[in-house]
Formats: sequence, C-alpha cells, structure tokens
Amino acid sequence: MRDIIIIGGGVVGCAVARELSRYKASILLLEKGNDVAVGASKANSGIVHGGHDAVNGSKKAYFNVMGNKMFDQLSKELDFPFVRNGSLVLNFGEEGNKTLCELLERGVKNGVEGLEILTGDQVRVMEPNVSQEVVSALYIPTGGIVSPYEMTIAYAENASVNGVEFKFNQTVQSVKPTSNGFDVVCGENTYQAKFVINCAGIFSDEINNMVCQKKIKIVPRKGDYVLLDNAYSNICSKTLFQLPDAMGKGILVTPTAHGNILVGPTALDIDDKEDVDTTAKQLDKAYTIATRSVPNLPRRAIITQFAGLRAHGDQGDFVIGESQQKGFYNCACIESPGLTSAPAIAVHVAGEVAEKLSLTKKEDFVATRKGIPQFSRLDNESRQRLIKENPLFGKIVCRCEMVTEAEIVMAINRPVGAKDLDGIKRRTRSGMGRCQAGFCTPRLVEILQRELNVQAGEVTKCGGDSVIVVGRTK
Amino acid sequence: MNKNLVIVGGGPAGLACAISAYDEGERDILILEREPELGGILNQCIHNGFGLHTFKEELTGPEYAYRYVKGVEERGIEYKTEATVIDVNAQKQVTYVSKRDGLVTIDAKAVVLCCGCRERPRGAINIAGMRGSGIFSAGTAQKLVNVEGLSVGKNVVILGSGDIGLIMARRMTFEGANVKAVVELMPYSSGLNRNIVQCLNDFDIPLLFSHTVVQVHGKGRLCGVTIAQVDENLRPKMDTAKYIECDTLLLSVGLLPENELAKNAGVVLSSVTGGGIVDDSMMTSQEGIFVCGNVLHVHDLVDFVSQESALAGQRAVQYIRNGAPNCEKITIETKNGIRYCVPSILKKDGDFTSALSFKMRVSNVFKKVTLTVFADGVVVLAKKRPIVTPGEMENVTFTPKQIEQLKTASSIQVSLEGVEK
Repeated sequence: MRDIIIIGGGVVGCAVARELSRYKASILLLEKGNDVAVGASKANSGIVHGGHDAVNGSKKAYFNVMGNKMFDQLSKELDFPFVRNGSLVLNFGEEGNKTLCELLERGVKNGVEGLEILTGDQVRVMEPNVSQEVVSALYIPTGGIVSPYEMTIAYAENASVNGVEFKFNQTVQSVKPTSNGFDVVCGENTYQAKFVINCAGIFSDEINNMVCQKKIKIVPRKGDYVLLDNAYSNICSKTLFQLPDAMGKGILVTPTAHGNILVGPTALDIDDKEDVDTTAKQLDKAYTIATRSVPNLPRRAIITQFAGLRAHGDQGDFVIGESQQKGFYNCACIESPGLTSAPAIAVHVAGEVAEKLSLTKKEDFVATRKGIPQFSRLDNESRQRLIKENPLFGKIVCRCEMVTEAEIVMAINRPVGAKDLDGIKRRTRSGMGRCQAGFCTPRLVEILQRELNVQAGEVTKCGGDSVIVVGRTK
Repeated sequence: MNKNLVIVGGGPAGLACAISAYDEGERDILILEREPELGGILNQCIHNGFGLHTFKEELTGPEYAYRYVKGVEERGIEYKTEATVIDVNAQKQVTYVSKRDGLVTIDAKAVVLCCGCRERPRGAINIAGMRGSGIFSAGTAQKLVNVEGLSVGKNVVILGSGDIGLIMARRMTFEGANVKAVVELMPYSSGLNRNIVQCLNDFDIPLLFSHTVVQVHGKGRLCGVTIAQVDENLRPKMDTAKYIECDTLLLSVGLLPENELAKNAGVVLSSVTGGGIVDDSMMTSQEGIFVCGNVLHVHDLVDFVSQESALAGQRAVQYIRNGAPNCEKITIETKNGIRYCVPSILKKDGDFTSALSFKMRVSNVFKKVTLTVFADGVVVLAKKRPIVTPGEMENVTFTPKQIEQLKTASSIQVSLEGVEK
C-alpha cells in the first residue's frame, strides 16, 4: 500500500506530485496516456494570466494571482521557458470601455498589480500591428507566456528524481474505498493507497463520481488553434485578448514562449472527451476573429493547427479539497486559469495532504531540475564544447528547429522520458518547425528503435495504435 | 579555415556544381553534406527515368547520383558528410557542425547554396481533423519505404498530384498497398504527364481533379479521409463530401526551396519561387553567394538541375578569379501567364559565351501559345507550344546573335502570346 496515488499526469497532477515529493511518502502517479502532458496541458494557449478575469473571491482568482507570482522563480528552479511579456485586453468600441473598467476593478480586487487602461494609440505604440479599430485596452503587465507541456514535463522529471513513481497507459476504471484507503483499478492492475488525489483534468468528474456522493459534471469545451511559422514572430510581443464573453476569454493572438505566433482558441461545447479533431469551420473562425485584433495576420504563415479541451465544470469554479469521502482529494474542473494556478494549487494541496497524512519533509529533496541543453539557443563556443563532450551534439536531426541527436537521446533517457515522436517533440522541439517532422520522422523512428530496443513497427506518434510504419517492406 | 569555394549540399546540384568548378580550374573546393552519403534526395528515388537529357539513357536516382559522385571522387574534390551547415553570413563565412569536426567556421571566397527543397506539410494546407499518425509527406514515405525498408501503410489516399505523389502511388502499389485515389485540388496535375501515365493509368489508380481532402479521421492511426469536390474558387462543396477508408494519407502538395541559410545571409528571395533572385551567373543579391538547383526554384527534371548547377559552379570560379563585373543590370519582366523566369536579372556585360537559357513556369494550362522573349519590344525568340502546364518547366536557349540583342536592350520581357482571355 502506497501513501498517495495521484490520478492524472497533466500540469496539475505533475505539480502536485512534485510538491508532495518534498515529503517522505510513497507516491504513485497514474496516467491514461503514453506520456505526461498529453491532454489539456499540451493543447492550450500557454498563458500565465494576470488574474483580472476571475470572479472576486473565487478559487480561480485566489490561485491565479498566487500562481502568477510563482512563475519567475519556478521557471528558473525547474528550467522551463517562461516570459513575462504582458497582456492586453483589446476593446473595439465605446460600449466596451465599461467592461474594461469592470475588468480593471475586478483585477484590483483580486490583487493584480500594475493594471492600466490605455488608449488605442498607446496600444499601437506598444504593438504596431494592432488594428486601428482598437479604441482602448486593459494592460496587464504581469501577464506571461509559458511552454505548458515543458512546464509539466519539468514538474514530472523533478517529481521522479524525488521518488515519485509514474505509470502510463493506466486508465482508471474504478476507485473503491477500503478499510484503510482505496483500491484504484486500472484494467488488470489494482493499486492501493491511503490517499487518492484526483487530477484527471477533463475526466476529473468521472473519477469524482466513482467515489463521491456529490456528483460533478464536466462538459468538454473544445478550442481550435492555429500556429504560425516562427519567421513571423514580430507580429506581436504581448498577448492580445479581446473582451471576454460567456464562453471564455475569446480568441487571442500571442507569441508562444518559443517565438511562434499562436491564434485561438475557439470555444465549442461538445460531448466526446476524446475528440480533439480540428474542424475547418472552427479553424477558420479562429483566424477570422483574430484578424480583428491583427488585421494583417498572414494566412500563409500557418504551419499547424490543433485543438484542446477545457475541463469546463458545472460548479462555476475549481473544485479543490478533500471530498466528503475521507482521503479522496479533488483537483477537479481545472479550466483556465488552471495552468497559471497549477503551481499554487500544488503547494496548497500538498500542504493539506501532508498535514492529513502527518508527512515529514525530506532532507535530501532536490529542488532544481536542469532541462536538456538547447543547441539552437547556444553560442558557437558552447556548441563547440558540447560536441567535444558528446559528439551526438554534432548531428543535427531536426533542421527546422536545429535539434541534435544528443538532445533527442537525452529526451528519451531522462526520468519520465519520451517514448514516442510527440514526446520527443515536446521535449526537444524536433518536428515542431515548418516542415512539421517531414525530414526528421525517419531518423526519430530509428533513434527510438535503438534507444528503447523496439521494432520500427512499435514506434508510435503518441502511443496507442498511432504507429508510424506497419512493418517491413516485402 | 579558408576555402575558395564552399558548396552547401551534396545532392545533384552540389555535385554538378563542384565538378564544373573543378573543370573550370578551381582546386580549393569543399562540399558539405548533412546526410551520411552524397547524392541527396536522388538516393531515395529508386525508380528510373533520370538522365534522359544528360546521358540519353534511363537511370535510377542512385545511378544518376553515382555518375556525379564518381566524378567528384575521380577529381579528388573534398567533401564532408554528416556535416550540417548551420549558418552562412553575408561575409561568406560558412559554419557547420559534425560529430567528427565539432563546430567549424570557414571563410569562403564564394559560396554556392545547393540545399534543395522541402515538402509543404499538412499544416500549411490546413486539413482539419485528427492529429495522430498515418499522414506523411510523400517524400518522407518514399524515404521510409525505399531507404529504410519500412512499409508505411496498406490503404492509401494521396493528396496532390505532384511528381513524388505520383511516383509513390506506383511504389505503394508495388509494395502491395491499395492506392484508392489521387486527389488533386486543381483541374490539372502539377506533375509530369509521363508520370500520370506510368504511375496511375497503368495501375488503374483514379486521379480526381478539383477535389481535396477536407477532414482526416481516426484517434491514434488514420482510419479514413473525407474528400470533396471544390468549386472554381477552390472552396470545398460539402454536398459532394465522400468518406474513403484508409490508413495512410500521402501529401504531395508542393515543394518549397529550403532557404533558411540564404535568408540569414541577407539574400533577397523571390515571393513567387521562394528561392533567391539571381542574375545570369546564378549569383544572388549578396555578392559571391550563388544558388542553384531546387533551392533556387523547383525543377521537374534533375537533368536541368545538373545543367543549371554546372553553370553556377563555373560562374562562381570566374567570380573567385575576377570578382563581380561592375555593370548595368536588366530585370527580366514576366507577363501573360509566365509565373517566373530564372534568371530574373541579366548583366549587360555578362559573360554569355556559353549558352544562355531562360527557365520558366506558367501559371495555368494554356494551349497553342507562343513563348516569346522581347528585347525593347522586339521579338528576339518565339517558341510555339501546343500546350504548356504548370507542372512542366519551360526552357528556352538563345543563339549568340539573340544574346547580343538581349545584352544591348534596356528592357526584356517574357510572355505567353496568343493566350485566350
């Protein structure tokens, strides 16, 4: 019997795992997918929100503002890409000025610092490509951008180094209270723990409903995005929102932490929690609405598109805390600003769980994690040194993003390492560029085969039946 | 390190360029190739049909490449493999990395970029739907099948009728796969007619013009695609949508010159071809930096790549010897259905002792037209063509007398005459 089982390897689950790994406890994280960060944590806007949008007094407001403040230190400690680039909420008409004032007021009450209302001209001085139709904007200097999957991977790696065990391809079918804890059943495997923490994202309602009397319901809210070639990174430097509506914070145009421009998300409530297919209609909508903010958005610069699902719950707020079932803890309905809130949620949850289980802190906790050296971002002297240390740094596999074989091998062999093409992509950016893995796919298949000692036909894009090749030729 | 001539890329362009530079008298040459072997994409093109113009025989890709590799080796031209160039700057400093040498910067007197092209990916054409596996650009699939010996799928739909797509339709059929359809957005193919005949018609593979893939389906691996007819504005007509079950979608939707290095070096690129803007010696806007082959514009026959690159090699050596002539330049204008012309600039005092040729592509299918070159409004050359298509490059070569006419002109225009409006 373990002390704690965490269900879900998204940003919340991995952050909770890392914060709990400060304590002496046996912890197991169960993930349904083939890797961490394969649900909403890989397909979202990557925004570290200021905190102006959340309802005063809500959990969303509290954890958002607290989480936001943690990013500078955390991104250094765990070495993931984060930029405090500032956000703007653009307003296109007189009637919107009232909404901007309300947002400002709400933000101030939530404790967001530095909020300011700017005129359209002031906005265009900051962001010359913003539409002439913008009459005013709310400026949120504390807004930021983060690579959400790298943040999740960083948390997971650090948790793993500190003793958390990760198991993948584990779909939880039932959680049954026992005399001294819970049985968590995943197919043929049953895992036991004193405490279960539900961080199952879009599925957190189902996990809750397996155990708790008080049911919750999550409606998947799909958002389609398009991503532009990083040659167009000068379109904007700040995150450009439009005024929020009932479905969310609207379509944004933002740089990513890697300098691509990201456009989206749309918001469409759907039934199928596995449905992350993009649709032509939604992609077109994202692009069209975005051109209101930035009229000259180059359509030909689009290199890829994707969709993600927000865990939109029926409770109106995050559901965080121990449920009526003793020992069963919820981090459910974590939609936006969930990414921003995750660090604060994790600290809060870990603190409470540790107290309930009377855990004591480890002396040998490793607080920092160093990412894979990024060859493309180094100066030539450092590159030279790396190739001397490890000649595989001299072999460029992904030419668009200049990713070397050494980085790919490291991504596979690190704690909670990559097992498929998408895993390598999220850890190294190989395949993330403008050829979208055209050139590197055969090489990646070869490297995965070698490092994991598997057949080519077993190498997948993202686990499951997503095989790249179906066998040898005749 | 110093080198007179650095050639970036050891594919057909780089090899022909190196041989010609050597034969022009240059001995201080280095070819940098990122793959483990010379030959470039030809190494994965195991079908025949290469070299009809150059060698008057049908060779496979590797055989064609080998003739040039042999030429390089016989001459003792230096080359490095698994050496990836990561930067070329306006000062003609070329930086490459390799496992063996680490990171090396070379000061070159002239640089020829022979980096080839890449395939347009799925994202660039915005097909909505799943994001799992089973979708390949045709060239990637070609490499997996022909070089790695791996089978990419059993039931195949191909989007785009570019040459690689057509070749792969046949190749996949040979491998026992069922190629259900080749779907082409335009009302005509962008591939060579001979490939349509030999790769599709001979195997009863349907080619659907004015169709596109509107949605891809599946969770992990592709399980099907929805195709639909498009209207005259290339918009899908959803009432014609049809589902085809397949586990593989190959994309042959165009090639883009791979010009990251040229851009860093400050080379001015053409918005039409995506390649550098060059004069008659294949020199770009950056003095001493030349481009040729598919990185300049996408060719349909490798023979023309070799020809063009041989010229670039020769001119690069002349530049190393004499520098760039300081002379007036004429921009070649294109109109009436001519999309682009290479070269696009003519040096008035340029050395045209060897034959000058213009290579062009047209913007649509035209019948019974006359490809016409004007100097100051006067016809210099008129070539009657029963049919021209965007898939086949047009090529005109000038006589010494015609060249003289062009050199003394103050404006040059290339046009398709007789196009019905």
